[in-house]
Amino acid sequence: MPPIISVSGLSKTYATGLQALKQVDLEIRRGEIFALLGPNGAGKTTLIGIVCGIVTPTGGSVTVGGHDIVREYRASRAMIGLVPQELTTNAFETVWQTVSFTRGLFGKPANPAHVEKVLRELSLWERRKSKIITLSGGMKRRVLIAKALAHEPQVLFLDEPTAGVDVELRQDMWQVIRALRDSGVTIILTTHYIEEAELMADRVGVINKGEIILVEEKAELMRKLGQKRLTLHLAEPLKEVPSKLAPYRLSLSANGRELVYTYDTRAARTGITGLLDDLTAAGIGFKDLHTTQSSLEEIFVDLVGRRR
Amino acid sequence: MNLRAIRAIYAFEMARTGRTLLQSIVAPVITTSLYFVVFGAAIGTRIAQIEGVQYGAFIVPGLVMLMLLTQSVSNASFGIFFPRFTGTIYELLSAPVSAFEIVVGYVGAAMTKSTLLALIILATAGFFVPLRIAHPFWMLAFLLLTAATFSLLGFVIGIWADGFEQLQFVPLLLITPLTFLGGTFYSISVLPPAWQTVTLFNPVVYLVSGFRWSFYEVADVNVAVSLAMTGLFLAVCLAAIGWIFKTGYRLKT
Ligand SMILES: Nc1ncnc2c1ncn2[C@@H]1O[C@H](COP(=O)(O)OP(=O)(O)O)[C@@H](O)[C@H]1O
Ligand SMILES: [Mg+2]
Repeated sequence: MPPIISVSGLSKTYATGLQALKQVDLEIRRGEIFALLGPNGAGKTTLIGIVCGIVTPTGGSVTVGGHDIVREYRASRAMIGLVPQELTTNAFETVWQTVSFTRGLFGKPANPAHVEKVLRELSLWERRKSKIITLSGGMKRRVLIAKALAHEPQVLFLDEPTAGVDVELRQDMWQVIRALRDSGVTIILTTHYIEEAELMADRVGVINKGEIILVEEKAELMRKLGQKRLTLHLAEPLKEVPSKLAPYRLSLSANGRELVYTYDTRAARTGITGLLDDLTAAGIGFKDLHTTQSSLEEIFVDLVGRRR
Repeated sequence: MNLRAIRAIYAFEMARTGRTLLQSIVAPVITTSLYFVVFGAAIGTRIAQIEGVQYGAFIVPGLVMLMLLTQSVSNASFGIFFPRFTGTIYELLSAPVSAFEIVVGYVGAAMTKSTLLALIILATAGFFVPLRIAHPFWMLAFLLLTAATFSLLGFVIGIWADGFEQLQFVPLLLITPLTFLGGTFYSISVLPPAWQTVTLFNPVVYLVSGFRWSFYEVADVNVAVSLAMTGLFLAVCLAAIGWIFKTGYRLKT
């Protein structure tokens, strides 16, 4: 099946000269939940802005459902719902009015039943006649989600949906998102919390300084993140790893003065005790040892390093 | 054509007026009534007729024009400035709507409001002075053309403005003086010849003159020239808006 969103060679340089996106290539699969993970200023909002038509790209192209976002903007935009990062709402309109307005703006005929369904799912039904200005921040965020869903989009963008959101809303939101995914909607969310990506996503893309440095199935990424390294500082340097120790897949570094063992913290057995026993049996002594976790940051560095 | 989007924007803008009815309708009506009381009744009785028209009646087209211009500009500029200010413009930019549809929605609503207001003021004037409209069709044509042109201008200002000061700046410091100096309260033929020439650079002269002609068949400039100039202003505003959407000026980053 062709990807629902296809980004190729996308770049953006702002008027300030800042290069927010550098030749980004990315494909989003139909029906998946994709988490775009990256620190502040990485270019997540810029990327979303371009796909939705808010930011003008400097180079490259994007298609949504096979429609070019510039030449066939009507077809591509009609497929997309966007929940922006900032709480930008009208003030004096009611919840019902503002959600219905979005539906009209997207060219859909009025459908009170659908609007009601969306409002109920987001626990906004009781407040449908309230002016938006009278709502709390969390409620306003719900309104923004309701607006994005008003025109029954096939693709939903959520830009940092859980930043500053209370637990209750977070849970409601996950529920809505899962239900949407089950109904076939593709969901792209940005976050700088690894846990959030872990909780929700099918696939994770990591963006840093305007570059996508990794796109991976979540399970695979989490396996990498779950890995730890045990480094043994040897008493005597080794020329090679003894064949008896081959099953541990050890590697030598620092001119044979260090032995490195990689293991999975989530596995039932880490194999450390066995390794230490076998080392003693092989007559290899060590002065010291320490462990390090391969953090997302390390994976970044590793990946960026390998590319060059 | 996304007609539903046009309707959504138009209805949104009209609802905004509904909420601020006092500000939008009542205030301009009171202001205009005061003009009639002061200029028409108090001062007008001491001024002879101008080109065969009683002074109170003579100023009616100019006053209606004054309101039409300021209201068109402020309605349209506020309409598009506000979403830029609050950030809700993201929705407009990410929706499957064309520049044309956005403009029709916003400018159409601003035009509707200012035209209705102009008609209300005209009716109000009828209480103070005897009104005669020689060419109702042309009267309406000038009204609508001017409302369209200045609503478009307002739209441009609403996109250009960085803050509320700039938003107030144009109507207050440009439109009002130009209208006062554009023959609202006098015929420019009463000015010294040199000033008459200067005045011809004031676009409002053409609007007021043409509009007044549709009432009393007296004009400062030929009515065909008035019509042509109004059309020219309209074209300039349309070109400016075309450029804005083509370049994304102040709309997109
Ligand atoms: N309108 C703008 N003008 C200039 N620079 C911008 C603009 N918007 C964003 N940037 C810059 O572009 C970079 C990427 O920003 P953004 O896409 O918002 O990142 P993220 O959403 O990942 O935090 C940042 O360095 C930011 O300061
Ligand atoms: Mg962001």
